[in-house]
Amino acid sequence: MRTSTTARVGQYAALLAYLVFLAFPFLWLISTAFKPPRELGSLHPTWIPENPTLDNFRQAFDEQPLLHAALNSLLAALGAAVIAVVIATPMAYVMARRRGRLARAATGWVVVSQAFPFVLLIIPLFLVLKNLGLINSVPGLVMVYVVWSLPFALWMLAGYVRAVPAELEEAAAVDGAGRLRTLVSVTAPLLAPGIVATALFAFITAWNEFFFALVLLKTPEKQTLPVILTHFIGAEGVADLGPLAAAAFLATLPSLVIFALIQRRITGGMLAGAVKS
Amino acid sequence: MRTRTATLLVALALLLAGCTSGGGDADDGRITLRFQSLAWQEESVEANKELVREWNAAHPDVRVEYVQGSWDSVHDQLLTSFEGGEAPDIIHDASDDLADFAYGGYLADLTELLPDRLKSDIPERSWETVTFDDGVYGVPFLQEPRVLIANADLLRKADVRIPTPEHPWTWAEFRQVTERLSGDGRYGVAWPLKEPVSATLNLSLSNGGRMFHRDADGKVTVRFEEGDQVVPRTIHDQVETDRSASSDTLGSGGSDTLPGFFAGKYAMVPLGFSYRQQIEQQAPEGFDWQVLPAPAGTDGLAQGVSPQTLSIAEDTPHKKEAAAFLDFLLQPDNMVRLALGDWMLPTATRALKAPALHTAERGWATGTALAGHLRSAPAQSVRGYPEWKDKVATPALQEYYSGAIGLDELRERLEEDGNLVLARYQR
Repeated sequence: MRTSTTARVGQYAALLAYLVFLAFPFLWLISTAFKPPRELGSLHPTWIPENPTLDNFRQAFDEQPLLHAALNSLLAALGAAVIAVVIATPMAYVMARRRGRLARAATGWVVVSQAFPFVLLIIPLFLVLKNLGLINSVPGLVMVYVVWSLPFALWMLAGYVRAVPAELEEAAAVDGAGRLRTLVSVTAPLLAPGIVATALFAFITAWNEFFFALVLLKTPEKQTLPVILTHFIGAEGVADLGPLAAAAFLATLPSLVIFALIQRRITGGMLAGAVKS
Repeated sequence: MRTRTATLLVALALLLAGCTSGGGDADDGRITLRFQSLAWQEESVEANKELVREWNAAHPDVRVEYVQGSWDSVHDQLLTSFEGGEAPDIIHDASDDLADFAYGGYLADLTELLPDRLKSDIPERSWETVTFDDGVYGVPFLQEPRVLIANADLLRKADVRIPTPEHPWTWAEFRQVTERLSGDGRYGVAWPLKEPVSATLNLSLSNGGRMFHRDADGKVTVRFEEGDQVVPRTIHDQVETDRSASSDTLGSGGSDTLPGFFAGKYAMVPLGFSYRQQIEQQAPEGFDWQVLPAPAGTDGLAQGVSPQTLSIAEDTPHKKEAAAFLDFLLQPDNMVRLALGDWMLPTATRALKAPALHTAERGWATGTALAGHLRSAPAQSVRGYPEWKDKVATPALQEYYSGAIGLDELRERLEEDGNLVLARYQR
């Protein structure tokens, strides 16, 4: 069935509208980051700043330890992503391939665990980490992020494992490959995009997380970017808009860069390993 | 593969490098106090950090570590820190946030810790904002009145009388003035009432409005009496009857109204005194603005405030040292530095005399003249107030101001629904 030109134009228009919708906040953020205070207070704001300035960036760096916070965020997010994936991958494989009571119970627990609100968890978590001497430390925060992102990572990866046809593993076995060889040479390459996507999910979740970081990290040297960003907001929600936009713009860059680097692997790896060479 | 392993090892090493313990006392007997500040404006953060540096230079045995907090999340963050026994030693907050922490036993009673100099320098009405069950749980040090920020050119053109703290507008006169300033797509006033409760309650003190009445048995009930009604009725009539107030801004925050104010769409905006900093930064070149006192009622210029406070954690083993730091931080000259950094008013009498706070420039003199009229916000120590505010008063006032309900229904909801809420906290 051939798509008519009108339908195709409609599809592209819808796609364009969606992209504009998605891009608007980010483009507005960039625009705001480069505007001097007087343009921020204009009733008729412009997309392109009339007198672009780097003062907001200077002020943001002068006032808050942004680089330090970025490093802390990076460590916490990378640590959480790597550990969550390392733990979740074998668990997800078992959940997806084994059909027993245990697997069903595990699946049920994963679903239920998503229902707990943060505020219920934070005080017990705080006390446990305090006893372990892990308050105000990035590894403590990584532990929390791993626990927090693990259920969803597990759920996500189990879906990827189910998408890998079991027949491929059976075919490999027929060809004489052992269990480990089958997993490494057949399943793992097919699962790679899923692992990368899950790691990316865990990374972005941890990168953006605010509440745990706020409560668990005490000193400025340990705080992460989302916590530092709130320092540009005053009483009754008044914001120092220019420096806040500048800092928020910088805070979005690492996840954008990482996503740009990884997304090709996600799509490129979809069929890798499916064909016997 | 080797590269990947090396990368992983480097990441792990970096992670471990990030692991250190928090503050505490050094082995050589030196004390370290953590001071969590909520200063957020560039000048204010700098003033706080400078004072900490000066203290540290003069007191090598009691080091103060500056920790940046944020207004946005301070309550949750402090609550968890208290529960976990990891609270900062010295805590910056606002008096309306202290009740739960004071009653919960998390804050030290400062009655015996503070020097007489500080106790006598801050007026009793300010101490009332931090007194719970006869204990004093914070030092109120900065406060801000709500003022009218006006477009001076528009006031001149309309040829209206310019109010002063000595001769302010009455609420009725204010309504007439906003009518005169309206027309040609312009409004006399823009009320930013995203948070309508505190603005309404605090300004209602000028007419003797209390809203919360404590009976002989100590129980609090809500009564929406004549004095409580003047301010809400004025706002409602400006929006609904006179069309001299924009209905568009009723759901906005103070900052949201500034672009319209700068563009001449609104002649006046009632805002907190510290908003002058934003106006100074963002107003177009040549924009002439001035600070006017809020209208006066039967009780004059009285209005409610919740001052910024400094408290000491009950858990800290170094209360005396923490009190000594507060004494230093709140010396008259230092309090002035903090006030100028935050564009607010100091509470202390001696600090209020500083010449820098009496200049006409940027409305400092007008604000300083109002300091003597500031009172404890009516809801300051009422348990259940946050729930009453969020579940009852905010939606009811928003509906009243937008014309969805009348004054009778507003009264019914504030009183009947409100008293049901408060009763649960007073069993």
